[in-house]
Amino acid sequence: MTTLDSPPVTAASKIFNFPRNAWYVAAWDHEVTAKQPLARTVAGRPLALWRNSDGRAVALADACWHRLAPLSKGKVLGDEIQCPYHGLRYNSAGRCTGMPAQETINPSAIVPSYPVVERYRYVWVWVGDPDLADPDTVPDMEQMDSPEWAGDGETIYAPCNYQLLLDNLMDLTHEEFVHSSSIGQDELSEAEFEVSHSDRGVTVTRWMRDIDAPPFWLKNMRDRFPGFEGKVDRWQIIHFEAPSTIRIDVGVAKAGTGAPEGDRSQGVNGFVMNTITPETARTSHYFWAFMRNYRLDSQTITTQLRQGVHGVFGEDEEMLAAQQQAIDANPDHEFYSLNIDAGGMWVRRILDRMLQAEGLPAAAAK
Amino acid sequence: MAVNTQTWWQQGRVAECDELAEGVRRIVLCPDRPVHAAPGTHVDLRLDLDGHVRKRSYSVVRSEDGGRRLTISVQLAPSSRGGSRHMHGLCVGDVVEMTGPVQSFPLGVGADRYVLVAGGIGITALVAMADTLRRRGADYTLVLAGRSRRVMAYLDHLVYTHGDRVRVFVDDEDVRLDVESLVGEIAGSPGAPRTEMYMCGPIRLMDAIRRSWMAHELPEPNLRFETFGSSGAWAAEDFVVHLPQLDRSVRVGKDSSMLDALEDAGVDVMWDCRKGECGICQVKVLDVDGRIDHRDVFLSQQQKEAYTSLCLCVARAARGESEPGSADPAAVTLHLP
Ligand SMILES: Cc1cc2nc3c(=O)[nH]c(=O)nc-3n(C[C@H](O)[C@H](O)[C@H](O)COP(=O)(O)OP(=O)(O)OC[C@H]3O[C@@H](n4cnc5c(N)ncnc54)[C@H](O)[C@@H]3O)c2cc1C
Ligand code: FES
Ligand code: FES
Ligand SMILES: [Fe+2]
Repeated sequence: MTTLDSPPVTAASKIFNFPRNAWYVAAWDHEVTAKQPLARTVAGRPLALWRNSDGRAVALADACWHRLAPLSKGKVLGDEIQCPYHGLRYNSAGRCTGMPAQETINPSAIVPSYPVVERYRYVWVWVGDPDLADPDTVPDMEQMDSPEWAGDGETIYAPCNYQLLLDNLMDLTHEEFVHSSSIGQDELSEAEFEVSHSDRGVTVTRWMRDIDAPPFWLKNMRDRFPGFEGKVDRWQIIHFEAPSTIRIDVGVAKAGTGAPEGDRSQGVNGFVMNTITPETARTSHYFWAFMRNYRLDSQTITTQLRQGVHGVFGEDEEMLAAQQQAIDANPDHEFYSLNIDAGGMWVRRILDRMLQAEGLPAAAAK
Repeated sequence: MAVNTQTWWQQGRVAECDELAEGVRRIVLCPDRPVHAAPGTHVDLRLDLDGHVRKRSYSVVRSEDGGRRLTISVQLAPSSRGGSRHMHGLCVGDVVEMTGPVQSFPLGVGADRYVLVAGGIGITALVAMADTLRRRGADYTLVLAGRSRRVMAYLDHLVYTHGDRVRVFVDDEDVRLDVESLVGEIAGSPGAPRTEMYMCGPIRLMDAIRRSWMAHELPEPNLRFETFGSSGAWAAEDFVVHLPQLDRSVRVGKDSSMLDALEDAGVDVMWDCRKGECGICQVKVLDVDGRIDHRDVFLSQQQKEAYTSLCLCVARAARGESEPGSADPAAVTLHLP
């Protein structure tokens, strides 16, 4: 579909640009309150987030119309926010409602207000063209608040371009090397995998049959099947949805009990929920959670899993920070691809088309 | 304003121009550095008028192809220092100095209902808003008021595009806009607190709507407007400014603003918006011979009636209709900061 005036997609921009016309998670729902505004930068836009008296979350540009003081350092007063500097007040639409030092309100006193949707325990915002903000296009993260799943997560502030996180999650062979003590095992690199894609999604499927469960999964099996010993069939099915949400359907089942064919009753299943919000070209907010579909009422297991994944993702964080530093220290070196990068490369292709549709280059500006 | 105040200067080529209605020319500009112009934006043009470089603003009626084609429409101002006349003289291929889109009148999202009110050429600021609301499937009404169908730009186009949502009021057909019933109808509807009005037109119309809006206790922030900064209660007349501090008097021609006249006379005055919104140019009034035609939206009604201050960028002194043909021009005595 390459035409003469749209150059072929570049192999791999190292500092990948991000689409603006998309929903990104700005915060966990509990982080946004009616007490105090929260400052967070989403896709390059500094935002002040707070709640109206009716509980609705609001996202305003974090710069006062007057002299650009950050509204996030101001006060929430009912349905309004007050600038900390000279006291201008704004409603949730961003319209100024009060100028203390004069009797009228300047008609052009407005700060941008961004569309907000609250879903799946997150506050999502749209910093692009508000007329394109369709709540039906919020990426699917249904396990987050489904009664059939339980779990919790955290936020990682990652000092790297968001695409490096997507690459990391789209190829899990790195587990063998980065996470050798918890979930890594030799079979990961050896197993075949399959990639499929659509307009907005990419799926990478990998099955490893009749293997020993690594420590993390052995513990989970024993939570469900006390005293479990023996071989397992293990799966990792990675679902990407544009622009930056990745759900990984992971689990193990007693070997040969039919899990690859669809019967997972003799196993344990988790969903690693990841959604990544570019902050700047070189920093990202990485929201993750681990959801499980067994022993839903055990807070102990919820806590243990959160701590376990926290440890695993800490290893990724360290690697990605180091990778970003090496990228920046070697500006004249390019990326090359391996066969394992196929999933990540389809992700780039989809993002690249979104960027083209917005008239933005694939490489982020400095 | 904060939504988009970065103004950079660039060149724009005139790609098309034609007569849209009597005295109104449509001009399509192709800027060097195209940026999509959102509804409510305008561009500023730098015009050389008799040796003075002056800035004139024109609302973007239409932004096509990511801002590669921006349509503006200019009404010939009858008593004019020449900005609009200059614009009417442009031909295809001419190059102008212009800014990128400047946003000071953004369209909000999420109101239950939108009422757009255009008086005369003020429609230019509202055409793109109406198109956007239609695309969004929003509940909106477009109210068009003008002196005569002949001079009302975009009238047929808007009626065709927006059908039942358009209400047309034309003075010379005796179908006049009744501000009280328009605002009263909004106030009486169940969605009143979540109805936003966007208006652009003569200051007299906007003042009347604002008074009615406040009288019905509708939320003030929901009333949005843009002033084009050049209409008043009375037609512009020549008048005189006395400045006792400087022991000087300056004559203001009917084709000039007080601010321009003072600056041209070498008087150092402070200003920012130059369209009666910010109040930076406010000065004390010591005496008035005649009346003050305030024309700003900074002072409150009480402040205006007190005759103790005015905004230099838009206010005028006038005899008004009450003293027609009076020999002496009106005069105002000011105390400058
Ligand atoms: C945001 C904005 C958008 C605009 N959009 C449009 C548009 O889409 N179409 C359009 O035709 N016009 C528009 N205008 C008005 C336009 O910028 C010019 O003001 C208009 O064309 C008249 O310019 P002129 O030089 O011909 O007339 P002039 O009247 O000589 O110059 C206009 C300027 O001088 C001042 N002035 C003019 N007359 C008086 C007066 N009687 N008393 C006091 N001050 C006076 C005003 O401050 C005004 O800025 C817009 C103005 C603004 C601020
Ligand atoms: S900077 Fe916010 S009121 Fe002045
Ligand atoms: S300069 Fe802003 S009101 Fe006059
Ligand atoms: Fe990892």
